[in-house]
Amino acid sequence: MLKLNGITKVFGGLTALEDVSFAVEAGSITGVIGPNGAGKTTLFNIVTGLYTQTTGSVILDRQDISFLETEKLAALGLVRTFQNVELFREMTVLENVMVGLHTKSKSGIFSCAFRLPGQMKEEKTIREKGREWLEFTGLGDLAETTAGSLPFGKGRLLEISRALAAQPKIILMDEPAAGLNSRETFELASLIRKIKDSGVTVVLVEHDMDLVMDVCQSIVVLNLGKKLAHGTPREIQENPEVISAYLGDG
Amino acid sequence: MVTEKKRQFLIFLIFALAALAAPFFLKGNYLLNVLVFVGINTMLAVGLNLLLGYAGQISLGHAAFFGMGAYISGIITARYPLEPFLIMALAALCVGVIAFVIGFPILKLKGHYLAMATLGFGIIMYIIFNETVDWTGGPSGLSGIPNLKIGALVFDNDWNNYYLVWIFTLAVMLLSINLSQSRIGRALRAIHDSEVAARVMGVNARILKVQIFTVSAVISAVAGSLYAHIMTFIAPASFGFNFSVELLTMIVIGGLGSIYGSFLGAVILTMLPEFLRVFQDFDIIIYGLMLILMTMFMPGGLISGIEAIARFIAAKFGRAKDDHAEA
Repeated sequence: MLKLNGITKVFGGLTALEDVSFAVEAGSITGVIGPNGAGKTTLFNIVTGLYTQTTGSVILDRQDISFLETEKLAALGLVRTFQNVELFREMTVLENVMVGLHTKSKSGIFSCAFRLPGQMKEEKTIREKGREWLEFTGLGDLAETTAGSLPFGKGRLLEISRALAAQPKIILMDEPAAGLNSRETFELASLIRKIKDSGVTVVLVEHDMDLVMDVCQSIVVLNLGKKLAHGTPREIQENPEVISAYLGDG
Repeated sequence: MVTEKKRQFLIFLIFALAALAAPFFLKGNYLLNVLVFVGINTMLAVGLNLLLGYAGQISLGHAAFFGMGAYISGIITARYPLEPFLIMALAALCVGVIAFVIGFPILKLKGHYLAMATLGFGIIMYIIFNETVDWTGGPSGLSGIPNLKIGALVFDNDWNNYYLVWIFTLAVMLLSINLSQSRIGRALRAIHDSEVAARVMGVNARILKVQIFTVSAVISAVAGSLYAHIMTFIAPASFGFNFSVELLTMIVIGGLGSIYGSFLGAVILTMLPEFLRVFQDFDIIIYGLMLILMTMFMPGGLISGIEAIARFIAAKFGRAKDDHAEA
C-alpha cells in the first residue's frame, strides 16, 4: 500500500531522518513510535508532501508520490490528521466534514456562483454524505456547532471524520491520543479499529504505548532519525535495542 | 423547517425588493444620489470581502482595480464612439487577465508580505494614472466620458443611475452569496482557517486564491466602469491608497466574511463623509481609529452585532411561543 524507500531528510546540517525504509500493508494498522525528536512527524510531513525528502522515495499503490504536492494526495486516497488538531475553526462541524468531501465533488467557481443544476445536486450529496460521516464518528448531534467551540476530544474526532469523508485508502494520524483522557483514548482505539474494518489502512504516530500495543499489528521504531526496529507489538516489546533506546543505555 | 439556503434566499429577496423600492420613497431627494455611490461601494466591498473575509487574503491595492476599470472605460469611450457596455466588458476582461497574472506571484506571499505587495501594486497603478497624462489626463483628470445608454434610456440622472448601479450590485451580491454557500466558498474559508489542513483535504489553495483574487478584481473593475460613466469625469485621487484603506474599513466595520456586512460598511463609509465634512482631510484618521476600535471591540463587525440582536429576539419570541404551546 504505502512504501518508503531510503528516506533521508537533512535540515541545514542536521540529519532528521537517515535512510528510513518500511512498507505498510494494506488493511493494517501500523504504529510509528520513538522518543521525542526521533523524526516521526518529519516522516509524516514528507509522506504528505509538506516537506520534500533529501533523498529516497515514497510509493503509494505503485505510484511514486515523492514529489507530489500535498493537495494532490487526497484524490489519490492519502489523508492525514495533525498533532495540534487543524480544524476550520470558524466553520460548523458539518461544514468541516463537507470540506473533506472536496475531492469527491468538482463544481467550479462559475457553476457555484450561478448555481447551475449540477452544482445544486452535488451540494445536496455533499451535505448528506457529510452527515453520514458525522454519524460514523458519533458527532451527528453537533453538526451545526462551530468547530472552534468543540472540546479538544471532540475536535480530534471531527478532524478524523473530515479525513474519512475524503474516503481515503490510507489515513495517517499524528498523535491522535495526545491530550485525550483515558476514556477518550479508549474510544479512540475502538474508532481506529472501526476505521480499519471499513477497509482503510491506518498509520499512526503515537506516544501512548498502551494504545499502540493495543491496536497496531505492526510497529516501526525510530530513534535519532534511524529505523531501529520493525515488527509485531510482541517483537518490539522484547527487542533489547528498543528497550535501551527508551530506557537509556544504563 | 426552513433550510438555511431558503432562509438566505428569503433574506436576499427582501433586501433586493427594499433596494429596488427605495427610490420611490426618495424621489427628488439628494439621498438618492448618495445611494448610487453606496451601491458602487457595496459592490467593491463585496468583492474585497470575498478575498479578505472569505479566503483571508489581504489586498491594500484594490482601488487600483477600481481605477483600471474606470480608466479603461473612460479613455476608450471618451475618444471613440464605441458601445460603452462592450468596453465595460472589455475592461473587466483586461483587469481579470492582469489580476490573474499578477495573482500567482503575489498570492504566494502571506500576511504582511501580501499586504506590502498589494500596497506596492496600488501605488504603481496610482503613479501610472497620474503620469500617463496623454491618456489619463494626469492629476487634472479625464473628462468627456459619455453616460451609458440603452436605446433612448440615458443614465444621466440619479433615478436611472440608481437602478443601473443597483442591478449590478444586487447581481454581485447574489452571486457572492451563492458562492459562499458552495464547495468553493467552504474551500475558501477552509484556506482562511488552516491552509495546510485545506490542502491535505485536496483543496488547491494556490489556484483557488488566484481565482478569487481575479473575481474580486473583476468586480472592482465593473464598479470602476460604472463609476466613470456616472461621473463622466475621473481623476487619480479617487483611486489611491486612501480609497483602498476606505474599502478595507468598510468591510471591517460592516463584517468580514459577510455580504450584508459589506453593504452596511459601504452605507456607513459613504454617508459618514457627508457628516464629517468638518474633519476635511483628517477623514483617514477617523477611518484608522474606526479600524482599531472595531478590531478591538467588535471583530465580527456591526453585522455580528445585528445578528446577535436578531438571535436574541428570535430566542425570546421562540420561547414565548413555546410557553404558549405548553399552556
